[in-house]
Amino acid sequence: MKTARSMLLAIVAAAVMATAAATAQAAGGKMIVTFKDDVSTLDPAIGYDWQNWSMIKSLFDGLMDYKPGTTDLVPELAQSYEISPDGTQYTFKLHPEAKFHNGRPITADDVKWSIERAVNPKTQSPGAGFFSAIKGFEEANSGKTDKLSGIVVLDPHTVRFDLSRPDATFLHVLQLNFSFPVPKEEVERLGADFGKSPVGSGAYKLKEWTLGQRIVFVRNPDYWKKDTPKLDEIEFQFGQDPSVALLRLKKGEVDILGDGIPPARFLEVKNDPANKGLIVQGNQLQTGYVTMNVKIKPFDNVKVRQAVNMAINKERIVKIINNRAVPATQPLPPSMPGYDKNYKGYPYDPEGAKKLLKDAGFPNGFETELYANNTDPNPRIAQAIQQDLATIGIKANLKTLAQSAVIQAGGDGTAPMIWSGGMAWIADFPDPSDFYGPILGCGGAVQGGWNWSWYCNKDLDKLGAEADAVTDPAKKAEREEMWRKIFIKIMDDAPWAPVFNELRFTMHSPRVKGEDSWFVDPVHIPVHYDEVYVAQ
Amino acid sequence: MLRFLLSRLGQSVFILIGVTVITFALAFLVPADPVRMIAGRSASPATVENIRHQLGLDRPVPEQYVRYVTRLVHGDLGRSYMQKTQVSTLIASRLPATLLLMAGAIFFELLIGLTAGIWAATRRGHFSDQAVMVASFVGVSAPQFLVGLLLLYVFANLLNLFPLGGYGDLHHLILPALTLGIGGGGWYSRVMRSSMADVLRQDYIRTARAKGLKERKVVLVHGLRNAILPVVAMVGLDIGIFMSGAVVVESVYGWPGIGQLAWQAIQVIDIPIIMGVTLTAAVAIVLGNLLADLVTPFIDPRVRL
Repeated sequence: MKTARSMLLAIVAAAVMATAAATAQAAGGKMIVTFKDDVSTLDPAIGYDWQNWSMIKSLFDGLMDYKPGTTDLVPELAQSYEISPDGTQYTFKLHPEAKFHNGRPITADDVKWSIERAVNPKTQSPGAGFFSAIKGFEEANSGKTDKLSGIVVLDPHTVRFDLSRPDATFLHVLQLNFSFPVPKEEVERLGADFGKSPVGSGAYKLKEWTLGQRIVFVRNPDYWKKDTPKLDEIEFQFGQDPSVALLRLKKGEVDILGDGIPPARFLEVKNDPANKGLIVQGNQLQTGYVTMNVKIKPFDNVKVRQAVNMAINKERIVKIINNRAVPATQPLPPSMPGYDKNYKGYPYDPEGAKKLLKDAGFPNGFETELYANNTDPNPRIAQAIQQDLATIGIKANLKTLAQSAVIQAGGDGTAPMIWSGGMAWIADFPDPSDFYGPILGCGGAVQGGWNWSWYCNKDLDKLGAEADAVTDPAKKAEREEMWRKIFIKIMDDAPWAPVFNELRFTMHSPRVKGEDSWFVDPVHIPVHYDEVYVAQ
Repeated sequence: MLRFLLSRLGQSVFILIGVTVITFALAFLVPADPVRMIAGRSASPATVENIRHQLGLDRPVPEQYVRYVTRLVHGDLGRSYMQKTQVSTLIASRLPATLLLMAGAIFFELLIGLTAGIWAATRRGHFSDQAVMVASFVGVSAPQFLVGLLLLYVFANLLNLFPLGGYGDLHHLILPALTLGIGGGGWYSRVMRSSMADVLRQDYIRTARAKGLKERKVVLVHGLRNAILPVVAMVGLDIGIFMSGAVVVESVYGWPGIGQLAWQAIQVIDIPIIMGVTLTAAVAIVLGNLLADLVTPFIDPRVRL
């Protein structure tokens, strides 16, 4: 009898707990996110920084998206899609229930018009070039016409893209913010101010934007995805110093540190037992590297570049930044498809490096310049690299400058070496080709480009194009293998010295819950706003 | 009086033209390209050139300057490169917070500066004089971010007397204004002390004392009126300085003033915002000085404009 009663009690207790857990997960509540810098714009055709990127993703939807917390492509506004066998035609059926925040259903015409808008030079979109595979791009991008002949509206809910070349990254391109449908009538009504009063189609609507102070998102009650988002409201507060934001989080005034844990307080915060369970660690699609300009002597000599690779003590640099990274062996970060787990990279070997320098004709080393961003911790990292280089006889004079000045020197080709940290960009999409074209391919090795080693290998460009022509999803692994080979070949030529891959540490208040992967989502930074919820 | 105003107005026009020329030239001398900042790393060269053309940055600098000034004369400060918003809207959104912080800071500067300065001047050579002067020296030299964080940590985080930064009511204003006031008040107190000490040596003060006035009245009525003149000029300057923003204090306290706007614009070379903020500051400095000059005759009737 007694046993039966306690069992009954246990069942009741379990049921109560289960209900409690269910209520805790129920939708509702509000979350506060702090940022130091303002958000410039929420116009999907224009916004292109790590901060507004994920905010725009919560206000707007694209044809494609990633499964939350992963880099797996899934259809979003598209209900289904088909790729022609030759990989040049992509046909999408739109979700019939999808609506803009003004209540109007999203049609194929909106998809077409919005991409045409992004490509039109008058829009000044930084992302226009991503659509270069679409037929008619040149005419539209040069402003000769405002139509893209390669986007064909078949019926109000079906749209077809005709490509001038097969492009395996095209589905990724259709999750880029630049491709997101915007309502024509609102863009025309608001003009350039659309970015400050965006009308989207996503899980949240913009409720308030007080310039320089806060932005408030509220749940879109008519959202076609059920049970999304989970929060009623998100308030973003700007101008917040990261260390003060940390104090406020400890007091329960703030839920997410948008800028992360202040580097100077990292160890203290991480080791504090009170913060257990509040810090989520994840990977980042990022590599920190030193570029060596192959057009400036003596970096035209591959042995010199290899020597630099062997001279840098990556373990020590990782320690300098409190183990907020792992040593890198190759250009691709570990969580990027195409990463080669078995490739060990150049060993740390100062003696071997000295020997290589001697073989290259520099037994006594040489003098050069190392450019770096002037925000912490980059000057400290650059100093460590400088010391490492000094041990093999290379005297590198440091030039620590503002971000814009480093970018300028890189794009002008005047900088012999650049430490890449602090340039405030992340991968556009989780595909190896994004790590090649702009920063290692011939296309980026131009005046004003971002290939700061000015390395241009026509053979690899050709291999890259071949890999990107493999559009059949069934051949995904084959394509990855092709890219893997390209990046290892690059390491033989050593235009970069990869140093580390940054880790991500997202700190949140105890009341914000969700799967760990939502807090370190590869695309949504700092967190996946549509998915996390608060305990009520 | 009218003549004074007219000549001042004439001078101001020249100052403002000078400021626009210098700022514009500086913005283009910086070895960095705003278009690259807008375009990011994946933009194709064609996209970069398109943006440059749309912004008119492919034209010769003198021509760009003339276009800028022409628009300026029509009251148009242009649009931000990054935010695509009217610069006037951006600056206007920051003005209330900036003006409020300015008022608060000047209040604390005067409160600290006048009290400490008069206190020290009337106790010259005593221990308390030296203590006050050392304190003022510390106030002037202490880095603002340190004072700011310290006040914030003690009064907001530990004692819970004030909110942890932010913008809103008087509660939010006190700590940032005090942080600025401690620095400025240090200066004011030193100026006030020497000025008051000079005045207290004057014959008319001896007369006032001789006729049996209370010391308090001698100092605060007869002395202060003359001694405060240099401080009034300093307030005039501070109006201009605070109008261009108190970047450090604004960022420690999350205060949405003009300084943060300027700082963020400088990072990305958003020339229209940089120009707009500089012009606003220049106008404020001119006006602040003018105000100080206009107030002086009311304090000291010997001064005529």
